[in-house]
Amino acid sequence: MAESDKNKIKSLADAIRDLVDDTPITLMEVCGTHTMAIARYGIKSLLPASLDIVSGPGCPVCVTSAQDIQFAIDLANQKDCLVATFGDMIKVPGESSNLGSAQNVEVVYSPFDALEMARQNPGKEIVLLGLGFETTTPLIASLIKSAASSNLGNFSVLPMHKLVPPALKLLVADHDSKLDGFILPGHVSAITGTGYFEFLETAGIGGVVSGFTSLDIMESIYVLIADIIAGRTRVLNNYERVVRKNGNPKAFNLIWEVYEPEDSKWRGIGTIPASGLHIKDKYEDLDANCKFELKKREVEEPKGCICGEILMGRKKPKDCRHFGKTCTPLYPVGPCMVSSEGTCAAWYKYHKE
Amino acid sequence: MCLAIPVQVKEIKNNNRAVVDNNGVNFEASTNLVENLKVGDFVLIHAGFIIEILTRDDAREKLALLEEFYQKTGRGKNGRE
Amino acid sequence: MEPKIITINHGAGGRLMHEFIHDSIVAHLGNSKLDKMDDSSVLQNYPHKLPVLTTDSYVVHPVFFSGGDIGRLCVCGTVNDLAASGAEPLALTLSFILEEGFELEKLDKIIASIGKTAKEAGVEIVTGDTKVVEKGKGDGIFINTAGLGFVDPGVSISSHNTLPGDLVLVTGPLGNHEMALFKDRENMNFQYSVQSDVTPLNLKVKELLAHTRNIHTIKDPTRGGLASALTEIAQNSQVRIELEEEKIPVDKEVKAMCDLVGFDPLYLANEGKYIIVCPPEETPKVKAAFGSETTVIGQVEKGQPDLILNTASGGNRRLIMMENIQLPRIC
Repeated sequence: MAESDKNKIKSLADAIRDLVDDTPITLMEVCGTHTMAIARYGIKSLLPASLDIVSGPGCPVCVTSAQDIQFAIDLANQKDCLVATFGDMIKVPGESSNLGSAQNVEVVYSPFDALEMARQNPGKEIVLLGLGFETTTPLIASLIKSAASSNLGNFSVLPMHKLVPPALKLLVADHDSKLDGFILPGHVSAITGTGYFEFLETAGIGGVVSGFTSLDIMESIYVLIADIIAGRTRVLNNYERVVRKNGNPKAFNLIWEVYEPEDSKWRGIGTIPASGLHIKDKYEDLDANCKFELKKREVEEPKGCICGEILMGRKKPKDCRHFGKTCTPLYPVGPCMVSSEGTCAAWYKYHKE
Repeated sequence: MCLAIPVQVKEIKNNNRAVVDNNGVNFEASTNLVENLKVGDFVLIHAGFIIEILTRDDAREKLALLEEFYQKTGRGKNGRE
Repeated sequence: MEPKIITINHGAGGRLMHEFIHDSIVAHLGNSKLDKMDDSSVLQNYPHKLPVLTTDSYVVHPVFFSGGDIGRLCVCGTVNDLAASGAEPLALTLSFILEEGFELEKLDKIIASIGKTAKEAGVEIVTGDTKVVEKGKGDGIFINTAGLGFVDPGVSISSHNTLPGDLVLVTGPLGNHEMALFKDRENMNFQYSVQSDVTPLNLKVKELLAHTRNIHTIKDPTRGGLASALTEIAQNSQVRIELEEEKIPVDKEVKAMCDLVGFDPLYLANEGKYIIVCPPEETPKVKAAFGSETTVIGQVEKGQPDLILNTASGGNRRLIMMENIQLPRIC
């Protein structure tokens, strides 16, 4: 890292400390990659003790319900079926096991690879797990369109997408929530634009769209704190080299060409209205929910998991009866443990002794 | 939530694919989600798809709060390297 | 012509097995002990030294990868484990578990690679075994090697011997082995030139120990990578280890791949690198023996057992043992 950037980070850390001046402030990031980056760079060690940064429901994979995962596992255990997924999904638990122990699972880097797999294995049904927030969904939507136009009969998508705003709305509507501001997801915003998050302003809480280098994150924390201390509530864009006001309309519109919103179950949180996506009838031949005789079955969500309240900032991991006992990084129960830098996983790592 | 990194476009192919380079690692990415792509552009890659074209350094507008901060601390106008 | 393949009879003790041992194994690996084809081998003793024994199994996939193959790996892995105690490796055993249908030509290439690597390391394969399992009950080829070496009683190198005040070195850039395998294993279309670092390191250890015996710990950061190996050292020696992120060598392409697929290079496997912990005055000798890529990456302090990374950004974070294998991720 350039010496000048290190110096900037240092001045920002000093300025943040001066601004905060022991005032208790809680910021939430809602992006798994921010969670990882903040941990990797050791950002928290640069911040004053009264400034807390908590991880929100920012990992679209971690919040997938046990029922959805179990359906993917059931499909993967069918003969002649091959489930293609991003590596993130492998350890997220279903009813009693995860995809890592299912029979026919292939980890892909790009969803495009799944389409190739379908072309190369005409005797097999390739099911791509449609994961992700607004960043990833356009990729899958574009594949669904390609598959539809090329009449690829052995390819389908199991949609498990989630949308960010409904979860944020739930968080800001909660009167007990102790949040002072949001570090907003840079790559979701690259697709959706910053306007997508301006509803926060009317809800009375500010945010900043941030990039992912240590300097990006420190700058974003600085501007957010400056606004909070000055009593300003607005959504700022500190990732202007990537994020435009209206995002990437071509990509964003693809989502709505292929999908429409539906209520969706979030692991550890519960059902959030219009927070998921299902494939429109026009493309139902490519919807794994419609295509197979095998159907989703009722699966009990883990009982007693308090991830929802941890995400709201109301409870700490130690308040959970699963934490460190029936819920560990290797056998996670809720999303805060599934994500390797999620609140519970981080606590497990750093407060275990 | 979404791992994406900047890479440079080396070659644009005719099947909605482009060859991109990340410090010596080359691979093909889909160009389906962007328009007006040019060789030499820096783009953001997410799971094998180009999701956005990066703005050139000199065309950037930094937040006023940061401009002020960097001027005050004598760290230069542009916030990044 | 159909390729010649391994059949159940290659492991059944009859004519095919004898022909295979003679034509392939003895041809590539032959030496005065192996050539006798006895049920066991009688070895030389070193009365003033201590015997050191280790074993490891190799199930790597694919069996041929950029920069190496399972044959080279099964010699290096075991030889490097012996040398990590300061021992000079003397002899290896070699056991194959082959899956019916595995191509003989591939097997012959692997055995030739074992012979070449053993020669490079200066060890002999002195006894072995071959079993064949039915098709579908193996993954082509599994190999187990055990190694015997001897160490001078004046040498005491162990993960329990790291002391406050010591420096931590690595003998070269990290992650190349796992990233080379990744390129070959996953159907992911990434083009890059990273090769596995799989190499026998015993001769370098021998050279180092000829100049100093004041080396406290040597450990090879194989699966689980640097962070897992150093966590173990911190625990076993009850010390606090601090690393400087900017000093940890990672090749440009390995770093680029890590950024793309979301891996942490500190947890990637290596097969030709050592972590060496020694008092500061010994570091020039380590660099002389292991070459110019050898770098001091951290220091050892008194305190609760812990592994702390001082990040390039000026912060710090705790490193823990790897919990899950790394897979390409989108988050």
